[in-house]
Amino acid sequence: MFNTVFPYLLTGISVGGQYALIAIGYTMVYGILRLINFAHGDVFMVAGIVMVYLNASGMPLVLSVLLTLLITMAIGFAVERVAYKPLRSAPRMSVMISAIGVSYTLQNLVLYITGGLNQFYPKIPFVSDSITIFGVNTKMVTVITPILTVILVVALVMLINHTKIGMAMRAVSKDFETSQLMGIKINSVISTTFIIGSFLAAVGSMLYFTNYNTVIQTSGSMPGLKAFVAAVFGGIGSIPGAVVGAFIIGICENIIKGLDIILFKAGITKQNLGLATFSDAFTFALLIVILIVKPTGLFGEKVTDKV
Amino acid sequence: MKTKKKINTSMLWAALVIALVYVGVFIAEQTLPATSMLFTVLKKGATYALVAVSMNLLNGFTGLFSLGQAGFMLIGAYAYAIFTIPVADRVNVYQYYNGGLIQFAMPVVPALIVAGLVAAAFAFLIGLPVLRLKSDYLAIATLGFAEIIRAIFQWNKLGALTNGSNILREFPTFNDFNIRNAEGEVTVYLSTLVPFVIAGVCIALIVMLINSTFGRSLRAIKDDEVAAEAMGINLFHHKQLSFCISSFFAGIGGAMLAMYQSTIQAKAFTSAMTYEILLIVVIGGIGSVTGSCISSFLFVACSEWWLRFLDQKQMIGDFEVPLLRNGFRLVVFSIIIMIVVLFFRQGIMGTKELPDLFKRKKKARQEVKA
Amino acid sequence: MKKFLAVLMVLCLMAPAFALADDMPVVKIGVFEPASGDSGAGGKQEMLGMQYANKVAPTVVIGDTEYKVELVYADNGSATDKAPSAAAELVNQKVSVVLGSYGSGVSIAGSPIFADAGIPAIGVTCTNPQVTLGNTHYFRICFLDPFQGTVLANYAYKEMGAQVAYCLAELGNDYDVGLAHYFQQAFEGLGGMVISETFPTGTSDFTSYINNATGYGAGVFFAPCSIAYSTLIIDQAADLGVNFALMGGDTWDSNKVLEAAANSNLNILVSTFYQEGGNAEFDAGIKAWLNEDAEAMTNNGGNDVIAAVSAMGYDAYFVALEALKAAGSTDSKAVNEALWNVTFDGVSGAIAFDAETGDAIRDTAYIKKVNTATGAWDFVAVQGVN
Repeated sequence: MFNTVFPYLLTGISVGGQYALIAIGYTMVYGILRLINFAHGDVFMVAGIVMVYLNASGMPLVLSVLLTLLITMAIGFAVERVAYKPLRSAPRMSVMISAIGVSYTLQNLVLYITGGLNQFYPKIPFVSDSITIFGVNTKMVTVITPILTVILVVALVMLINHTKIGMAMRAVSKDFETSQLMGIKINSVISTTFIIGSFLAAVGSMLYFTNYNTVIQTSGSMPGLKAFVAAVFGGIGSIPGAVVGAFIIGICENIIKGLDIILFKAGITKQNLGLATFSDAFTFALLIVILIVKPTGLFGEKVTDKV
Repeated sequence: MKTKKKINTSMLWAALVIALVYVGVFIAEQTLPATSMLFTVLKKGATYALVAVSMNLLNGFTGLFSLGQAGFMLIGAYAYAIFTIPVADRVNVYQYYNGGLIQFAMPVVPALIVAGLVAAAFAFLIGLPVLRLKSDYLAIATLGFAEIIRAIFQWNKLGALTNGSNILREFPTFNDFNIRNAEGEVTVYLSTLVPFVIAGVCIALIVMLINSTFGRSLRAIKDDEVAAEAMGINLFHHKQLSFCISSFFAGIGGAMLAMYQSTIQAKAFTSAMTYEILLIVVIGGIGSVTGSCISSFLFVACSEWWLRFLDQKQMIGDFEVPLLRNGFRLVVFSIIIMIVVLFFRQGIMGTKELPDLFKRKKKARQEVKA
Repeated sequence: MKKFLAVLMVLCLMAPAFALADDMPVVKIGVFEPASGDSGAGGKQEMLGMQYANKVAPTVVIGDTEYKVELVYADNGSATDKAPSAAAELVNQKVSVVLGSYGSGVSIAGSPIFADAGIPAIGVTCTNPQVTLGNTHYFRICFLDPFQGTVLANYAYKEMGAQVAYCLAELGNDYDVGLAHYFQQAFEGLGGMVISETFPTGTSDFTSYINNATGYGAGVFFAPCSIAYSTLIIDQAADLGVNFALMGGDTWDSNKVLEAAANSNLNILVSTFYQEGGNAEFDAGIKAWLNEDAEAMTNNGGNDVIAAVSAMGYDAYFVALEALKAAGSTDSKAVNEALWNVTFDGVSGAIAFDAETGDAIRDTAYIKKVNTATGAWDFVAVQGVN
């Protein structure tokens, strides 16, 4: 039984780690602006495309990795300044629509630049190598991802709990207007949030695309949506919640893909039910269940509406 | 009394404009070559207009931010296709499922209504849990449901009904409404007028609904849920009904999309489709039926027709215009959309309707006179 | 009022675009191919064949007048929902005949639009039987999935000795699902066992599916999907160190597959329409052109390995010219009538259409294998149904 399930578990943990890095971006932005940043998945995809083009230009790998991180952070910053800042006082729906607009624009821009063809992600030495764990062959990145994710999350939580900017972030997410009155520079706090989110998305994109070596303009939408679901599942606004949610979703999704064979081997079913069709849908089913049972997610704080 | 009369004259003007549009469509169709892109745009535009108005009913008039429109369109399109494919063609269409489960075919109009009803029934079931959620959570839950619906319709165990994930075709399309003589030549073209009539009737029903007591309750909910509840409006029932009605029309819109495309496949009904419709609503003005209609025609015309030249190399004399190649159209298009979203938040019409335009004009004219 | 203005604007823009008139009259051939999306790379290679053919034969004599042949492109985006408007665009441009598409789903989706306009279409590499079944305007110059599926199943069962086959198809892609279906039928008919699964569009993680195949003890992994997915599958299968053979249909015949498989120890087999070396003159000509034209080279994936679809595109173009000649006019209805009796000796073999379905009568497919050391195709066998 363990031998049957283990490969799926391993993939699930790896995918979960990548979702986690994207999910943090969603959860932080939501915590501060109460905005579902639909464009975040596309920032993740753009990071992949930037890396492809930088690498193709022939510069050393280390340099292109660093530049990718920087450019992605700049894009995250620019998106906030251009598309969200002017709408600070507008209704929430307008900002969300603006986010959808940004997502549409980024996708079309990449479609134009790449000509709508798959781009092949460069191989990163060591990370792309094959290894064997418990008799299962896999890529090094499968092991690196969860470890790196945990390190980055710990660093982030330290940043939020022990630095001045972190304190400002916490204050802004608690009460936007009051913190403004207290002299916190709202705009710089928001920009920092977007930059951190984009940085993590860029790291996530490197791990993700090393694993699945092609990038296309729609590459970001599904992982983005799933990462968002993970953020809601864990309780939006909570960073540990997003990480836990992402791992749960990554693992479940891969178990579903292998559920037919697991059931078959366990002797429960006699034929293939085609359950793999539901690997994506299951994520959303999970989302709806959690929203109904515990609308604030696993680690979310309860908010009461003031009339 | 006086104000009422004023409303009536502007209403009359509005009715006249609408009637002229219909006559114009009919005449254009008889005189212009049937292959013109104009008709493609008009057919798709009419379809999107209906879907956009149905979304506006939720987002603009009830204040429910739902992103499930593509899912309900999918249901409508599939219900329509499944019930209208001629029995003789089913063996070909359901090639892997021995002709499928259903062995009868319905006429178009009842099938359209069934399409709407099936979508509304799904909406009722989905609404039970989902409508208790607030703003963004509702948006993401409806988006999730649309994805789930798509997966269910693609499941090959339901293939005898839905043809699995494979394409559905051979059902009656808009072109089947053209009147042909014995030799098979078209004598009267109706293929563009028909979608206009279907969309027109549906939108008229929605407008009547918005202007009824029920519609006013919906607006009260949009403005302030708590206050509306205090005034004795049953929040859940009103939301539920509004959700079902919107889905009913989205279902009919889906069926129209099937008729426009002549083939249909669950794969195409992604969240990107919902976003597209949402953008149409925003460009037209959230809370304006007229705006949704106008913007859907503009949106479709720009994306399918007017901006097409941006995708091809253009020469002015010997000079090759830079940047133009496949995909540039969409870049320009999305920048236009971003400009509208950021700087013209009211959209084309704000919350105004067609009759309002004549009212204001009259007032302006009077001022000039004075 | 604005609605009225919009209609007025529409009417103004209706004025037909006049092309700068040459001395020579022009006949338009529509190219209905994906230039973007999952099948974009394949579509571009198919177009290369047509473009090269257009370079070889830029004019055609119809009746007594010499016409300049103009290729009109419409990108169907590899998606069945974008295909109808791309088809409408070609109809609007008044093309005499349409070539395409790469991928069966888009061909099926575009078909009714061409039928309504009375324009014939010549399918180049759309192999699903549904494309031509029950209509009189869609023709096809390649073999069909029931044939291809049987050929592959025979090869897998008889030559490779596989008992269990794992089929993986993209949800809602008629090409994938159809070919997998016919493969399954044939393979089970021979006495083998088939596990068939599907993946949603946009999937990039195939490890679980590959693990499934390993779990079922598959001897062959048959995934007749787009190039975009095939490279992912190859890459991930190589990392997982699988011990079954990978098998693909005609879409896998691409230099992208060669690149992805290079330096691995995978066993990859594909069936295809044309094998490089089949026609020395064509090979040399198109290679010379690819090396000359940088854009064409990019569209071919950066090297001059000839894809079978390019040869098919080349043949399709000449079949269209033959039809125009036989019709003696550029009228699309006349071309449609003439197509039934067109025969052409193409680089991929002799082409003649079945009098009922309009399919080319073909009875051979080439089986090729990736040589992972040299990164080239090794010819394995010419395979018929038996």
